[in-house]
Amino acid sequence: MLSLLQGAVSLGLLWAIMTIGVFITYRILDFADLTVEGSITTGAAVSATLVVSGMNPFLATLIAIFAGMGAGLITGLLHTKLKIPALLSGILTMIALYSINIRIMAKANVSLLRVDTVFSPFTAMGLDTRNAVIVFGLICVVAVILILYWFFGTEIGCSIRATGNNPRMIRAQGVKTDTMIILGLVISNGLVAFAGALIGQFQSYADIQMGIGSIVIGLASVIIGEVLFGTRNFMNTLFSLMLGAIAYRIIIAVVLELGLAPTDLRLFTAITVAIALSFPVFKTYLGTLIKSIKRGP
Amino acid sequence: MLKVSNVSKTFNPGTVYEKVALTGVDLVLNEGDFVTVIGGNGAGKSTLLNCVAGVYPVDSGTVFIDNADVTKQPEHVRARFLGRVFQDPMMGTAASMGLEENLALAYRRGQRRTLRWGISNKERAYYREQLKTLELGLEDRLGTKVGLLSGGQRQAITLLMATMKKPRLLLLDEHTAALDPKTALKVLLLSDKLIREHQITTLMVTHNMKDAIKCGNRLVMMHEGRIILDIGGEEKKGLTVDYLLEKFEKASGSELVNDRLLLS
Repeated sequence: MLSLLQGAVSLGLLWAIMTIGVFITYRILDFADLTVEGSITTGAAVSATLVVSGMNPFLATLIAIFAGMGAGLITGLLHTKLKIPALLSGILTMIALYSINIRIMAKANVSLLRVDTVFSPFTAMGLDTRNAVIVFGLICVVAVILILYWFFGTEIGCSIRATGNNPRMIRAQGVKTDTMIILGLVISNGLVAFAGALIGQFQSYADIQMGIGSIVIGLASVIIGEVLFGTRNFMNTLFSLMLGAIAYRIIIAVVLELGLAPTDLRLFTAITVAIALSFPVFKTYLGTLIKSIKRGP
Repeated sequence: MLKVSNVSKTFNPGTVYEKVALTGVDLVLNEGDFVTVIGGNGAGKSTLLNCVAGVYPVDSGTVFIDNADVTKQPEHVRARFLGRVFQDPMMGTAASMGLEENLALAYRRGQRRTLRWGISNKERAYYREQLKTLELGLEDRLGTKVGLLSGGQRQAITLLMATMKKPRLLLLDEHTAALDPKTALKVLLLSDKLIREHQITTLMVTHNMKDAIKCGNRLVMMHEGRIILDIGGEEKKGLTVDYLLEKFEKASGSELVNDRLLLS
């Protein structure tokens, strides 16, 4: 049971970075960005390929982040300059990335067995792999949270938030909303690729399929985090996202333990997200139902 | 100050939805002018305002602000000259951001946004002071999300945002039309006060003839994309609704059959 929990927490921490990336587009920019399905694999593919070729894993991870940012930039340009709808822009980049990711890896997957990863310095200090991931994952997530908390408080960060909230208003205040949308997508996909790079190094391989369904996992984590751990202020929300990603992994671990077939996981996740997203509808419905019951026949 | 020359605008040209909104509009605003614009539905009032603001590109003609040709400038670049209040009270503020954050966004209008902190303590004191002048008790609610405030409060905040950093030109687009009569009057009086205090050159579109007569030093009437009346000076002071209606019939050659105009 303890090892189950340990595994869920370590994987959850890495996925938390991806969850925060999804949060930036989905909640802050109000942009349903499907690029992430491709850019998470790009992050893993770039870092794995570079690490195998002998590069320092930290430098490889940094380059993976830039690759993800590039993917976000493409989606942003498709949407703002070529006026392609948000959803479609993301899908186009995602599809294109499938081919590009295979090009990067030169095959469908790259194995990282017996090579040094970003976690190696921690295992060298005597931690086992999972604890090493928890330590380094926690450092990364907290760093990401602190940087984003600062960034979204700055003038540029405030302008990005306002762009997601009311683009007409912020244009009237002299902000170029196209630039803000692109910037948001770049940051988001950079984070997603970062998560992909870490996940790839944790599971010791990068695989072309690993991104499929990741947007739903990200959304599920965002919603679980917000509902269970609150959104009182921005700092609270960011930590809720981290806890949400971990909670998602624990839920998955538990249902698998209870005998759910791994192939049914995506169905389970999709249903969970659908229920969570429709929660407001049920709440109003229940509210009127309760009122009418109280009123009597 | 503002010079609109021979501006034309047609929406969806060449389709069944083609709509001629402006045809050869000329309008000059001098420093300190407070011009009210009236006219029926589809007269082109809002289109004129939006063409000045850069929301739509014009088909032909030019727009000058302060002797600078802004005709080809996008909306966010022109914003440095302009303060704007929209008809929809929800439109002028960011609902899920705090009151002080909204003010801070407006206070930086026309400036480069940097990685400096979005709001300073010194500003906070200034905002509190400014909010006090609205007399809505908002000075104690700097952190409140704007979405939790009423339409009237939000429109008052938008007005403050549009004028706090003094614009060269204030554009009011039927900014009281969506409010209840009592609130509408409050917001109108507040606009009038702010415009007088800071001596802001203003272009105000309205559906309400009485408001158009009561406010400002000049009245412009539009019909089918053209300016058909431009009344200023002493003549403006003595205007009545009946006189305006009569003038309208003479100038347009048609009766002003428009419920919203007549009822108001």
